[in-house]
Amino acid sequence: MIATAPAPPRAGTSRLRAEVRIVAEADGRGGTRFAVLRGAAPVSLRPTPDGLHLVASAAGPLGGDVVAIDVRVGADAALTVRTAAASLALPGRDGAPSAVTVTAEVGPGGSLRWLPEPLVAVAGCRHTASATVRLADGATLVWRDEVMLGRHGEPPGDVVTRLAVDVAGRPLTRHELRAGPSAPGWDGPGALGPCRAAGSLLVAGPGHRAGEPAVLSPTAATLPLDGPATLTTATAPDAPTLRRLLDTAHRPPR
Amino acid sequence: MHRDAEHPTPLGRNPGPVRVGIGGPVGSGKTALVAALCRTLGAEIPLGVVTNDIYTTEDADFLHRQAILPPARIRAVATGCCPHTAIRDDIAANLDAVEELVRAEPSIQLVLVESGGDNLTATFSRALADLQIFVIDVAGGDKVPRKGGPGVTSSDLLVINKTDLAPLVGADLGVMDRDARARRGDRPTLFTSLRDDPGATAVADWLRARLPAVAVGS
Amino acid sequence: MLPPAALLLADTRLPAGGHAHSQGLEAAAAAGEVHDLPSLRAYTLGRLWTTGLTTAAMAAATLRACSAEGGADWAGLDAEAGARIASPVLRDVSRRLGRQLLRAATAAWPDPVLDGLAAALPGGAHHPVALGAAGAAAGLDDHAVAVCAGYLSVTEATGAAVRLLGLDPYGVARLVAGLLDEVEAAADEAAAPRALADLPCPSSPRLDAGAQDHATWEVRLFAS
Repeated sequence: MIATAPAPPRAGTSRLRAEVRIVAEADGRGGTRFAVLRGAAPVSLRPTPDGLHLVASAAGPLGGDVVAIDVRVGADAALTVRTAAASLALPGRDGAPSAVTVTAEVGPGGSLRWLPEPLVAVAGCRHTASATVRLADGATLVWRDEVMLGRHGEPPGDVVTRLAVDVAGRPLTRHELRAGPSAPGWDGPGALGPCRAAGSLLVAGPGHRAGEPAVLSPTAATLPLDGPATLTTATAPDAPTLRRLLDTAHRPPR
Repeated sequence: MHRDAEHPTPLGRNPGPVRVGIGGPVGSGKTALVAALCRTLGAEIPLGVVTNDIYTTEDADFLHRQAILPPARIRAVATGCCPHTAIRDDIAANLDAVEELVRAEPSIQLVLVESGGDNLTATFSRALADLQIFVIDVAGGDKVPRKGGPGVTSSDLLVINKTDLAPLVGADLGVMDRDARARRGDRPTLFTSLRDDPGATAVADWLRARLPAVAVGS
Repeated sequence: MLPPAALLLADTRLPAGGHAHSQGLEAAAAAGEVHDLPSLRAYTLGRLWTTGLTTAAMAAATLRACSAEGGADWAGLDAEAGARIASPVLRDVSRRLGRQLLRAATAAWPDPVLDGLAAALPGGAHHPVALGAAGAAAGLDDHAVAVCAGYLSVTEATGAAVRLLGLDPYGVARLVAGLLDEVEAAADEAAAPRALADLPCPSSPRLDAGAQDHATWEVRLFAS
C-alpha cells in the first residue's frame, strides 16, 4: 500500500491555477544553490539534504486544477526533486480535467533527478501529467513516472502520463502511458494488461552506458534508446513491485 | 549474358547479383544442396545465401556450422507461417536480405535463395529469382513428378534427390524420369545423390553454364 | 470519403513485408494472453490505441509535412518517429518495414516525394514516415493515411492470429468489422494537426517487453 500523507480538505468547487518556478544554479564551489524557489498553492517547496521536496498543501490535483512547474537547472548544477507522499488525482465536481505540466531545461554538465512518489489515479479522475525536458549536450536526467491505477479495489479514472525529452534539440524519447475508461483496451494484453501499477524510468546522460536491452519480466524491460539513454518501462501488480522493477534497471543515487 | 533460346530465362533482368531460387518440399535436401553448391562454386564465384526458414534460423545455422561461407554471406528471413508468401507474393524481406548481402560484400555475384519447405505449388516470384531449382526426393514417392504442380513443371531445373534411397523405398527412377519429361518438356531434370556426390557436381555444372560469363572465373 | 488508393495502401497484399510480422501477436499467444476471439479483440484494441495510434499520428504528420514549402524535413521526422519506439528490436523492425514499404510504394506511385525520402535517408525511414510519404504519393490526405495505419495495425495482428491460432476466419472478419469504428476514432485523434513533439504517442509496455523477448526465441514463425 502507498502511504498517502494527510492533506488539508478542500472545498470541492475551488479550482487552482498554480505556477511553480525552480531555478538551480552552480554556486561556484561545487555545489548548487537556488536562484528562484517559488511555490504556489497547492505546491510548496521544501529544500532538504535529500533533495527539493514538493509538498502538497491541499488534496489533489482535483479536477479543474492546472499546475505548471518550470524547472531550470544551470550548467554544472545538480537538482533532485522528490515528493513527500503519493499524490492523488481526484475527480472534480463538474468533470473538468486536471493537469500537471512540467517544463524543464538542464544546462551542460547539469543534472536533474525527478523522483516523485507515485501518482494515484482515483476512480473518476481525468488527469494528465505531462513533462517536456530539454537537455543540453552533456546534461544528465533521471526521470521516474509511477501511476497507481485506482485506489485499492477500485478501477482507475482517466490518466495520461507523458514524457518528451530532447537532447541538444534532437528528440530522445516521446513516451506516453494511458489508462482508464477513455483508453480503449488499456487493461488488455495489447497495452498495460491487468495490472495495478505502471511506470517508467528514464536515465540519460553522457556518463550513462546504455548497455544491452534486458527483459525484467513479461511486462517490464530496460530498453536502450537511440542516444546515451535507457528507458525502463514496467507494469506490476502493486507499487512496491513496480518500484523494484524500475530500481533493478537503475538505483538512483540518493 | 547467357540466354537459352528455347527456354529464355530472365537472367540479368533483375539488377544486382544473379539470384537462384531453390525450393521444394520439406526434407527433400534443399539445405544440403545449397551447402554442396557453396562448396563447389564458392571458390570460383563470390556468392551468398538467403534462407527462408519456417520456424527457426536452423537452415542458416546449419550453413554457419558447416563453415562453408563466412557468416556475413548468409542471411535468414522469417516467413510468418507462410513460406510461399515470402518467396512469391511479398518478396520484400528477401529483396532486403539480398541488398544487405551486397552491401556487406559488394563482390557477390550469385545469391542462392533457399525457400522454406513447402508444398508442390510453391514457386519463386520472377522478381526475386532469375533461375529456379525445384528439389524433390525419391523418398517422397515416385508419383511426385506425375502429379506435377508449378514447382515440377515450370522450374528451370528439377532435381530428384536421394537416388541412393530408391531401392530402399521402392521408387522407380525410370518412372520418375519419364513422368518428369512428360511434365517438363525440354526443361532439364537431374538425378542426384548428395551422399554419393557431396559436391552436387551436375547441378553446379548446370548452374555454372547459365551464369553470365562475367560472373565465372572473374 | 476514403479514396480508392487507400485500399491498396492498406492492403496486406501490397508487397511491403508485413506478412512476416505478427504485430506482437506471436509473443502474446505464446504467453497465453491471446487464445480466442475475445482475447484477440482485447489485444487488437489495446494495440490500436497504443502503437497503432502513435504510428497513425506520425504518418499523418509526415503526410502534412510533404506539402510543406521546401519539402519535408525527413531526418527530423525520422528522429521523431524513432523517439516513439523504445524497444531496439521494434526500432529495427520499423526501419526494415519502412524500407520495404518505400520499395512497394515507389513501384505503385512513383513520385518525387518518395525519391526525396530515399535520397535523404539512404538507410531507410521508420515505417510511420514511409507510410506518410506513401500516402502523400498516393494522393491521400492525413486522415486517410491515419485510417490506413490504424487498419493495418488491426489486420496485420488478426491476420497473424488466423495463421498462428487457426481462429475461425469468419469470426475474425466479424471482429475486424466491429473494430472499424475504433479505427476511425483513432484516426480522428491521430490526424488532428499538432506540433510534432505534441502528437499522441501512447506506448505499450507489454508489446515492448514482448518484442524484446520474442527476438531471443530459438523457435518462432514471425520476424516480430
